[in-house]
Amino acid sequence: MTSPAPTPKRIYRHRLPVRVMHWINVICLTILLMSGLQIFNAHPALYWGKDSSFDKPWVSIGALNTGNGGVTGITTIAGHRFSTDGVLGASKIGGEGANVVRAFPSWATIPSTQSLALGRNWHFFFAWLFVLNGIAYVAYAVASGHLTRDLLPTRSELRNIGRSIKDHLLFRHETGEAAKRYNVLQNLAYLAVIFGLLPLVIVAGMAMSPRLDAVFTGWIELLGGRQSARTLHFLAAAGLLLFLLVHVFEVLISGAWNQIRSMVTGWYALPADKKVKS
Amino acid sequence: MIRKTISSGRPKTAPSRRTALRAALAGVGTVSLAGCDRLSNNAAFVDVLKSAQHLSHGAHKLVTGRKAMAQEFSQADVAAHFKANGTLVPRDADYQALLKGEFKEWKLQIDGLVETPAAFTLADLRAMPSRTQITRHDCVEGWSTIGKWKGVQLSHLLDQVKPLPNAKFVVFRCADSMDGPSLDGHDSKYYESVDMDDAYHLQTVLAYELNDKPLPVNNGAPLRARIERQLGYKHAKYLMRIELVERFDQIRGGQGGYWEDNGYEWYAGI
Repeated sequence: MTSPAPTPKRIYRHRLPVRVMHWINVICLTILLMSGLQIFNAHPALYWGKDSSFDKPWVSIGALNTGNGGVTGITTIAGHRFSTDGVLGASKIGGEGANVVRAFPSWATIPSTQSLALGRNWHFFFAWLFVLNGIAYVAYAVASGHLTRDLLPTRSELRNIGRSIKDHLLFRHETGEAAKRYNVLQNLAYLAVIFGLLPLVIVAGMAMSPRLDAVFTGWIELLGGRQSARTLHFLAAAGLLLFLLVHVFEVLISGAWNQIRSMVTGWYALPADKKVKS
Repeated sequence: MIRKTISSGRPKTAPSRRTALRAALAGVGTVSLAGCDRLSNNAAFVDVLKSAQHLSHGAHKLVTGRKAMAQEFSQADVAAHFKANGTLVPRDADYQALLKGEFKEWKLQIDGLVETPAAFTLADLRAMPSRTQITRHDCVEGWSTIGKWKGVQLSHLLDQVKPLPNAKFVVFRCADSMDGPSLDGHDSKYYESVDMDDAYHLQTVLAYELNDKPLPVNNGAPLRARIERQLGYKHAKYLMRIELVERFDQIRGGQGGYWEDNGYEWYAGI
């Protein structure tokens, strides 16, 4: 850009309730993912079905003795063994000293040291905050029109999904008028998370509660049983992590400062329209 | 084993040679991780975290009702081997003597806030009406295993000893010392407690049989509690005495159980 850029048009993009609830989500989701890995570490294996088939988990993370007093991390998925030393199965605590046996490493868990009790304390407190925040968000999104106005894609947007996919793959982002709205892939990602992954992670989490299993007999069989529910809880959490990584990546490559500022102050500077008008 | 003692391992700050933004993000991450570890060592903060259990317990009572039944399974669902956890063989001399005598000298004492304290032999309990149930045992660690239990309902015993109106909790006292032999001399015998809803629940059974055989030592011989709507650590093994109390904050660590005194929630329905 050689010519001085014109003052960009600014729009009030994110209203206060959405901004507040977004940052509560950031805190909750981070803590839930990391305390969840701490809880997983207490029994680092996943099963399908009602109970644990201890001799054949479909995923397990463990360690083997290397013979000279050391250990090496091994992850087994559906019978295939992978060396995951240094990250999964065996890793250095705080990056120092010798490898110790630990499914997820200390940098990925809350607290960083092994403590199932504290992991649960963190997890359930922030699970409540997260669920209450989520209920408030859905209520607000419906009542304020945020859902229909901003989150649901229009028919023409859906028809042009191919172009949106191409734009994303080329790291091209909307400019001018088009940047006022969420793009269609963004819409679909948000909807899949809000009405797909999040309800699944919550219901599968609740299905692990022996008391909630008594709500009515056998309801957790709909998820395939308690150990399937534990697996689904883990997979849904992995899906949320994937969303989070893509979300942060898109923020970083689409004008990080402008995006982050808009989620703090609400004001978003529309990127100048570089397209040639036809 | 899980212990509440936490050392604060603070990750070192990331080296430079990164963009300012990445360094800043990494810095935030490092600071917040160290922050979480510091908060985990702060008793008052952990108490706030643990207060969520009251919300969970209240909500669960609201949606499930006091008498809601845990799922029961069929014979075909019973696991070939019922995984045992925690103490596998109590090393305590008094327990060892009872085991050697095939529990003929063993008695279950029931006392505390009751009208008529009593003691029952294993033969007494076996002569009482029994309940058999096939249920799923969910460990706090995350695994589950299904077993068939036979025993006497706790409500049946409570009807005989007649709890006083101020009895609010049932405390299970066990034979097994939990902390290492080097710590013998200080009382680390397992104990647990439940409220009267769980005590009188239909599926709350003091089991003397597992999978049609006398309860194995690994699983709590001669008698263990089944608290089917809560996690495994509530199901006290090696029962010796049942005490009815109004409050449990005067007992040992004051949290209502061995694992509770080590940081776990008293309400283990989640």
